[in-house]
Amino acid sequence: MKSRFTSLLVTLFALAFLYIPILTLVMQSFNSSRFGGEWKGFSLKWYEALFNDAAILDATLNTLIIAFCATILSTILGTLSAWALHRFKTKLQEANYTLVYAPLIMPDILMGISLLLLFVSMGADLGLATVVIAHTTFCVSYVAFTVLARLQDFDFSIIQAAQDLGAGWGRIIRQILLPLLWPGIAAGAMMAFTLSMDDFVVTFFVGGPGSTTLPVKVFSMMKHGSPAIINALSVIFMSLTFTVAIAGQIITNKKSHK
Amino acid sequence: MADLHLKNNLARSFSSKSFVEIFLTMPTALWLVLFFVIPSILIFTIAFHCADSAGGIGSEWTLETVKKVASSNYVAILWRTIWVSAAVTVICILFAVPVGYFIACANRKIRPWLLLFFVLPLWTNFLIRIFAWRLVLHPDGFLRKSLIFCGMSDEVFLLNNMGAVIAVTVYTFLPFAILPVYAAAEKFNFALLEAARDLGASRFKAFYSVFIPGIKKGIITALLIVFVPALGSYAIPDLIGGVSDELIGNKIALRAMQNRNLPEAAAYAAVLAIIIIAPIAVWFAFNRKNLRAFIKARMGGER
Repeated sequence: MKSRFTSLLVTLFALAFLYIPILTLVMQSFNSSRFGGEWKGFSLKWYEALFNDAAILDATLNTLIIAFCATILSTILGTLSAWALHRFKTKLQEANYTLVYAPLIMPDILMGISLLLLFVSMGADLGLATVVIAHTTFCVSYVAFTVLARLQDFDFSIIQAAQDLGAGWGRIIRQILLPLLWPGIAAGAMMAFTLSMDDFVVTFFVGGPGSTTLPVKVFSMMKHGSPAIINALSVIFMSLTFTVAIAGQIITNKKSHK
Repeated sequence: MADLHLKNNLARSFSSKSFVEIFLTMPTALWLVLFFVIPSILIFTIAFHCADSAGGIGSEWTLETVKKVASSNYVAILWRTIWVSAAVTVICILFAVPVGYFIACANRKIRPWLLLFFVLPLWTNFLIRIFAWRLVLHPDGFLRKSLIFCGMSDEVFLLNNMGAVIAVTVYTFLPFAILPVYAAAEKFNFALLEAARDLGASRFKAFYSVFIPGIKKGIITALLIVFVPALGSYAIPDLIGGVSDELIGNKIALRAMQNRNLPEAAAYAAVLAIIIIAPIAVWFAFNRKNLRAFIKARMGGER
């Protein structure tokens, strides 16, 4: 079992590699020394400083507003598109499929610069609106493919049956589609929300002075020396994304157990 | 009469069906054409304009921008971008294959947990991960101090060099590489390895000439999923690298954000777009299954 032993070693090394920086960060956020390799005692002063920083609270608010709007828009667009991709097998849908997966391949920086070029050519003011549009654009494909995966095991004869029994589309959507597709749509929405909250590169390109999000704020703080409050901010931000992501995971799991 | 009635019915249901299709397809398709397709084309067209004095885009067509970029040191930067991305990709694969093998061999019950442990770091913010590395590699951080304690000369600096850029980029993409390799390894028939051993192959030989070819597709998906975004790195070289470590992504950001010369930024972006499209087009041209595997791996990290 030598190769098993080697792969165990590599796996353990990879896990250490992945977690040492995160643990360092969490520890450091409670360390009262600024950068030190040494521990100068437990302290919550960075958290205190963090909550008294108005610029950070502003950035948090922006992050949440943008994530909320982009999630709603991309969930609607992505779900419609997934439905079309699943229901129809036409030439139009083949083209549509290409259109929906292409953004997944595009690196962030190209998406950022290309949207900046568009907004500047249109003479649009860079701000919350442009960031929401950009985030919606890169979230749509993720939502569409998440919902599409859930649609694969959806039984369309139910709709037929409902129609035969005289149900209108309004009723079908309210009483059949939404309840059955809800877990898939929710998983897609969760994913859009985390992607949006997490994004730095695209926001950096298409944002304006009034749309600074937390990642952009963290970036500029890092550029101008590294104030230790980023430690505390990171830990809070990390717990936030973890919560949303794990909630998404639980919803997904529940669905797959049914 | 009945026949005509049936025909009418058919025609009506057909047209209402295609109406539904268009109603469902168009909102998203229009959105993506407006905010994805057109911007992508703009990258290539705006490269043929000049910047105006206000930081906007001049209205005349010109070859000036392209000439200026072509005569700059862009080849050196492009070359550096490619080799750094290639090095990152190779290191990720070297980790991902044994890890994927290990997880696929593990007990069914602990497999999802192992996988979760490898994906979890993806859920922390990208910048926060970079920041964490700055703490680890900081001159006053524990890593440099322990290296010096272990007898390294105190001239060793861990931050602001290419090695650090590569390490942090590997850190960022490793989970993405592990997912497709694991997905392929999970479907691999491990009895083949035993058969090879029974026929006299050494452990290494069996692993190398039976297991690796068996998970080839997973490895290629992992290659693309690391290589392509690595080519577009911007924040990591900017925050972890030194002054001479800039990659093409930094060039794009510098021109677009600091110098406000959008046409030049577009020209650099066009170069990047071309070297990204090439490997992907070749791989997906082979068949559509490759594409589905890619999409699955790309989304896997976010699930």
